Amino acid sequence: MLILKCYNLFVGYITFDNVFYSYNAGFEDEVEALRGVSFNIEKGEFVAICGHNGSGKSTIARLMNGLLQPQQGIVTVDGMNTLKPKNSFEIRKRVGLVFQNPDNQMVASIIEDDVAFGPENLGLARSEIEERVVWALESVGMSEYRKGTPFRLSGGQKQRIAIAGVLALKPDVLVLDESTAMLDPMGRKEILQVAKRLQKEERMSVVLITHFLEEALLADKVIVLNQGQIALTGGTEVLSKADILEPLGLDVPFASKVANLLNLREGIVNREELVEEIERLCR
Amino acid sequence: MPITVKNISYTFSPKTPYEKKALDDISLTIEDGEFFGIIGHTGSGKSTLVSHFNALTRVQTGEIVIDEFVLGKKKIKKRELRNLRARVGHVFQFPEYQLFADSVLADVSFGPKNLRLPKDEIYNRAKEAIELVGLDFEAIKDRSPFELSGGQKRRVAIAGVLAMKPKILILDEPTSGLDPQGKIEILELVQKIRRDACKIVIMISHNMDEVASVADRIAVLNKGKLATILPPKELFRSRNLLQKFNISMPEASSLANELADKGYKIDRGVVTVEELVEEIKRLMRNEE
Repeated sequence: MLILKCYNLFVGYITFDNVFYSYNAGFEDEVEALRGVSFNIEKGEFVAICGHNGSGKSTIARLMNGLLQPQQGIVTVDGMNTLKPKNSFEIRKRVGLVFQNPDNQMVASIIEDDVAFGPENLGLARSEIEERVVWALESVGMSEYRKGTPFRLSGGQKQRIAIAGVLALKPDVLVLDESTAMLDPMGRKEILQVAKRLQKEERMSVVLITHFLEEALLADKVIVLNQGQIALTGGTEVLSKADILEPLGLDVPFASKVANLLNLREGIVNREELVEEIERLCR
Repeated sequence: MPITVKNISYTFSPKTPYEKKALDDISLTIEDGEFFGIIGHTGSGKSTLVSHFNALTRVQTGEIVIDEFVLGKKKIKKRELRNLRARVGHVFQFPEYQLFADSVLADVSFGPKNLRLPKDEIYNRAKEAIELVGLDFEAIKDRSPFELSGGQKRRVAIAGVLAMKPKILILDEPTSGLDPQGKIEILELVQKIRRDACKIVIMISHNMDEVASVADRIAVLNKGKLATILPPKELFRSRNLLQKFNISMPEASSLANELADKGYKIDRGVVTVEELVEEIKRLMRNEE
């Protein structure tokens, strides 16, 4: 175990090594969701996983905490193989998943009870649970709603409660599986701000799964999937490659779109870079 | 005027501790052939307003006239109500949640069946509607709507409303939750519907880029009040107004404004990426 942990320092906190996964494997309607995917996620890293519907994004999320297990290849979390049943409890403490629909993730009718649900199941002391609930609600900026009910909240607020529920387990990795897809622009912004802050202040790894490349601009590393394989990976500058991304049904960020239509230099992905380049050319 | 809204106000749970004023004295008119956009923050009253148009919400105060139908305090007759609902189609948010039948054909036929039309007329209408939304009728009619992709499900749900042959179509956030490709397809469909099928299309949206690219006029709702109605170009040019109601600009308008603030001679009224690119090209030529 110790050796594995040291090894882990060099290869990443979560590792995917040549992972394959098919739904309905062996049946007529088999769907190959992942076909040989390898990547690492470091501690404290913000990674965006992008791709159109059916590209394998959500399958990756479910493999990350052992909800699904690879049929070929290996997934490890903090040095633990997700295939081993005895690891599953520890792995789920470390990797927290938040899903798409805020209405499907509430378990209690009072917000603090909802957030306490996870730590209660860990069998923690009352005072510790209390502390974690307060901290989790504060982290997502929802402290004042503690005694209220989740059903009167906006979508963005509900989603923040869902994140707080995961945070109360003190995970090392927060996985947001299209958690912004059903929200209005304001709700979207709230969630992304919370994610970025958790990475910065709590040194949490964040995995943002999305089909919106504009959101992926927040990441340190971008992984673009197509038909179960990695089509493109790198820093955010890869998001400007319209020739690769548009055929995959993905919309490049606004600044890249404008830069490409103006035939400006490659690699422009955000507003500031675009404005700077336009000003330089107009001088 | 095809749609006239006169002094409509609406309060949820009146005379209880949960009382909430959703609409406050709204008046507006919508003309035939118009693509009418409605924007505003969550809770601004957008959905409550449009749910009046086919009498899903009873008028509390004020009056709405839609063609020959007068919706006021007086209770509308059952027969009249059925005719009104055939005239005004309403596609809710996430309409695919309302699919229920075992085949696409049965699902889309449900509306016209309730109109008690002859059998072959029902079939023809369903076929026409499914083709209108861009699906292959023969290939899809017997499939279960639940095994379709998200974008296809949404098209089937829209087809179900179109099979009623409404003259007026209301769409509440028709692109939300779809991937970028799905969004583009639905926006194209909505424009096609306005061109070929419905006289009036009313679309609620949170996405300024989307509304700006399709609407003829945009109504801004703010805390239940009508803030303004303007064509997209004029709306997104009026910065004070946008700031006052905390409405964001389409990306292209916002960038044009940033450049204009820096002293470049650029039209603040651009709303689409294409217009923006033309303006910047012009800038570069002039000043090079």
